[in-house]
Order: sequence, then structure tokens, then C-alpha cells
Amino acid sequence: MEAVTGTAFVVATILKTIVFFIILLLGVALSTYMERKVAGFMQDRSGPNRVGPLGLLQVMADGLKFILKEEVTPGTAHKKFFILAPALALFPATVLFGVIPLGSPLPTPWGRVDMIVADVPVGFLYVLAIASLAVYGVVMAGWSSNSKYSFLGGLRGSAQMISYEIGLAMSLVPVLMLAGNVEMPVLVSMQQSFAAGPATYGMWFILPLMLSGFFFIVSGLAETNRVPFDLPEAEAEIVGGYHTEYSSMKFGMFFLGEYFHLITTGALISVFFLGGWDIPFWQGDNIRVLADGTVIGDPTWWKTLLTLVAFTMKTTFFVVFFMFIRWTIPRFRYDQLMDLGWKVFIPALMAYIMLTAIAIFALDAAGVPVGLRFSAALFGLNFVLMLIFLFALDRGRLVMGATARTRAVPGVTAATASEGD
Amino acid sequence: MPGEVRVVDRPESESSYIRAISKGLGITFKHFMHADKPTQQYPDEKWELGPRWRGTHRMAVHEDGRAKCVGCGLCPTVCPVNCIKLIPAEDENGERYAAVYEIDEFRCIFCGFCQEVCPVEAIHLGVHYENAEYSRERWVYDLARLCENDHPVTALWDPADPSSE
Repeated sequence: MEAVTGTAFVVATILKTIVFFIILLLGVALSTYMERKVAGFMQDRSGPNRVGPLGLLQVMADGLKFILKEEVTPGTAHKKFFILAPALALFPATVLFGVIPLGSPLPTPWGRVDMIVADVPVGFLYVLAIASLAVYGVVMAGWSSNSKYSFLGGLRGSAQMISYEIGLAMSLVPVLMLAGNVEMPVLVSMQQSFAAGPATYGMWFILPLMLSGFFFIVSGLAETNRVPFDLPEAEAEIVGGYHTEYSSMKFGMFFLGEYFHLITTGALISVFFLGGWDIPFWQGDNIRVLADGTVIGDPTWWKTLLTLVAFTMKTTFFVVFFMFIRWTIPRFRYDQLMDLGWKVFIPALMAYIMLTAIAIFALDAAGVPVGLRFSAALFGLNFVLMLIFLFALDRGRLVMGATARTRAVPGVTAATASEGD
Repeated sequence: MPGEVRVVDRPESESSYIRAISKGLGITFKHFMHADKPTQQYPDEKWELGPRWRGTHRMAVHEDGRAKCVGCGLCPTVCPVNCIKLIPAEDENGERYAAVYEIDEFRCIFCGFCQEVCPVEAIHLGVHYENAEYSRERWVYDLARLCENDHPVTALWDPADPSSE
């Protein structure tokens, strides 16, 4: 089936933009509600349950509260940037959502409609480029507020986000090596199996590239600026960090931006490592469009719906997982955060990229065809590497505790230090 | 002086990352799945108050609706925070009654001395606590409101065991 063209394409794109944006907004609204519920349940509370059925209207009440509150702009703030910053914080996550394939192609009387707003040929390079913009909202807010706390938060935010962006980008290099393409729909189809067309891996990339997935999840979490990576906010140390001086809906935009980021990060992890909209253990939904326009598989409207549900479930899983982490793990110390980023993730990723490249080269040289056997071999290698990495991380050698740091001070040994008791 | 830094040499099992994080996630997940929450849905579900709960006052009334108070003046005298205002009066039969009887529930510390000292068992503390109001004036209860209150009165001691007061 041919892709939609001409007027139908324009109409389809506008409709998709509106529908996907509404889905994203609803998701954000529900995830603020869900965060409170999850936090409540984890702390043996009930969470919001007074406003509307099951407390669902709490979201509306919050929105209303944000809009009705008094808006304060500090007299010494730099007005233009102060107003621009919240918009910049919200913008990247929203725009990123446009390149994520949400479901299998939908057949219509006018042609095939791909369930992606903008199928950009640069794929995840676009994702990395736009994700880097998120730091501007934080830095700009911190600087323009003209407040010490905001400034500290902005500085921390820029250092942290730039550090973890490297991890984020590098953890996608093995995916690129395996898939050989940066287009998001191709990445999804590479994780499915097909009877015809070029060979694929038939396995979600979380298995053959387990360590890569681990790094991407942690770096993605760091990019969302949530606990345990919420150093830019750190309300215990620097009040509210970069959004200390913000009030009313301007603060609300930072608040919502966090949830936009959360959902987008969850969606990106799903696409890169959990097969996107692929439904596991069922081959019927495996549909792909080759570069020359031939469609392999049988697209129907109910398959689109089912894959949409599958994708939503995967994204929701990660959103809930990030909520669990937020309400379980305390914030990192700043030096630990930087150690983890620069001294652990980047060297480990470099070694991992090398090893994966060697493994792929060796498998090619040994004549193993691309397919299940190929990815199973990679899975075996990754499993071992994962165990080694977790073992090393777990022994407390890579990220130092306070003990090791104190011992490193010249002239102070554990022995002399304990004499001071 | 750096030499006074106390260094705690923790075993690896206590200072490890992955194990501690998985253990923490396990604990929070256990609580997440734990359906039995101690939260009480207050306006829908109310507390069960004990019989000795000391709350909002109520005035006992005769069968014809008159307050039992004889205006003897013992309760304003014994009141440690001076929250009872009493102006006694005498009717044409020579019977004393309270012309003005007001209790400021803001000042009251709910000690129960007024109930204990009352010779005719007129003023009582009640088993009741919901007395939120929109104005401060409403917190001063006059005689009519005290008589209207119909919540159970406080048992200042267990009737089965009077010596344990």
C-alpha cells in the first residue's frame, strides 16, 4: 500500500500532530496524578482521592491553582530570559515526541499513514540534538533569576546535563552499529523478525545490547533531572535550584516539563531497546516499510490500535519505574554524580563500544548470518559483561564512598583519623 | 584539623551500590503492593472517641428546657484559664439562674474542673471535637448553644472503678 500523498498527507500530518499532542498532554496530566498515587502507595498512604472519582480531578485542581496563583517576577531578574526559560524547558521534550513511532502503519482509503508525526531521515541524531537543548531552559532560568540559589542550580544543571548527554549519545552507538540505520521506524523493525526483506535481529535490543540499555536508562534518568539526579533542584541545599524564583504557571511549566521529559525518555527507551510498538511473542504485528516503499506484513486498523496500546504500556512501565526510583533512592552527592558520569560511564562505554564492535566483526567473520543466532551470541557476551560491570560497580570501587575520599587526604590515614574519637 | 575526621570502615556489603539499591527498591515495592493502609478517610469515616474524651461543653437541661445551672459561681472560680463568664440572677420565686453564661472554647483547656466542681451536674464536657467556625465570635458559646449541644457527656472517671480517678 502506498503512503498518503498530497492533500491527504497534509491533513493526516495535521491530525496526527493534534492527536499525538493531546495524547502526550493527557499522559503528562495522568503521570502527575500517578506520581502522587505511586508515592502515596509506597509510603502506605492513599494519595489524592478527594477531588473527583479516585482523585482524578486533582490534576485539574492543580492546573487551576497554578494559573490562579500570583505571578512574581523578581525586580532584578533579566525579564526577557526569565520569561523565555520556562518555555525552553518545555519545548525539547514536546518536540522530541514528534519523531517517535507510536504504532504500526494505519491503512486508510487514501493510502498508508505511518504512526509517526515526522519520519525524519536523521532519526535519533535529531533526538540527541534536541535533547541537548533541554539544558538551555535550566541554565537560562538559573542565570536570569539573579539569585544565588538559582544560579547554583543552573550551574549544576548545565554540568550534569552536559556530562550525561555524552553517556546518552555513546550508549546509542552500539544500537547504530547493530541496526546500521538511524531512522526510528527502521530501528523498530530491526528488533522484529520478518519472512522477507533484509535480515533483522528478531530480538529486542535490550537483550543483545543489555549494557547499552542500562547506560541509556541511567543517562536518560539523569537527563530528566529527577531524583536521584535532581542536583539542579536539590531543595535541601539550594532551596529549589534553578526554579527558586519562579511562581504561578511559569513554575508550572518547569513542573510539567519534567513530566514531558519523563514520558519522552520512557518512549525513547521503548523505541531503542524494547522494540518500540512491537508486541512480544506475536509475529502478526511485524509490519515494515522498506526504503523502496514495499510494505512487508499486513497492516490493519486493529493492529495499529493494539501496537499503540503495547507502546503505551512499555512507556508507562518506564514512567512508573522512574517513579519508583525517585521515591526509593536518595540524591547523589555532587562529586559522586560527576564520578559516575565521567569516571565510570564514559570509560565503560568506550570499552563497551570497542567490545561490541569486535564482537560484531568476529561474528561477521565467522559467517554467522544476521538473525536470531547473531543476537543470541551478542546476548551471551552482554550478559557476562553486565555481570562484570555490576560486580565492579557494586564493590564500591568505581563510585567512592566518603571513606575512600577521606583516606585520600595526604597525612590522614584511617588509623590517625580514628585516634581523634 | 583533618586528623579529627572520623572514618567508619564499613564492610562492602553495607557500602555497595547495586545491592543497596535493589534492596531499597524491593522494600518500596513491598509497600506499594501492600493494600492495607492506615489512612482514615476522615470526613467519611470518623474516630471512635473514648468515653473519657474531653471536648466541647454541653449544659444539662431540665425537662421543661431550662438550664440546670443555679449560678453558684463555682465553675468560673475553679476555671484555670478564666474562660467561663457567669452573671447570676434570681427569679420571682427566689430561684437562682444564670442570666449570662458563656464559655470561650478558644481559651478552654478542657481540664474538666468545671464539670467536677458543679454541685448540680449542670455543665459537662462532651465527647465531641468538631467545632470549626468561620469567625472567632462563634467560638464563644452562649447558654442557648450550650443547652442545644446533644453529644454524649464526658465520663470523668470510670463509673465501675471510681477510685481510679
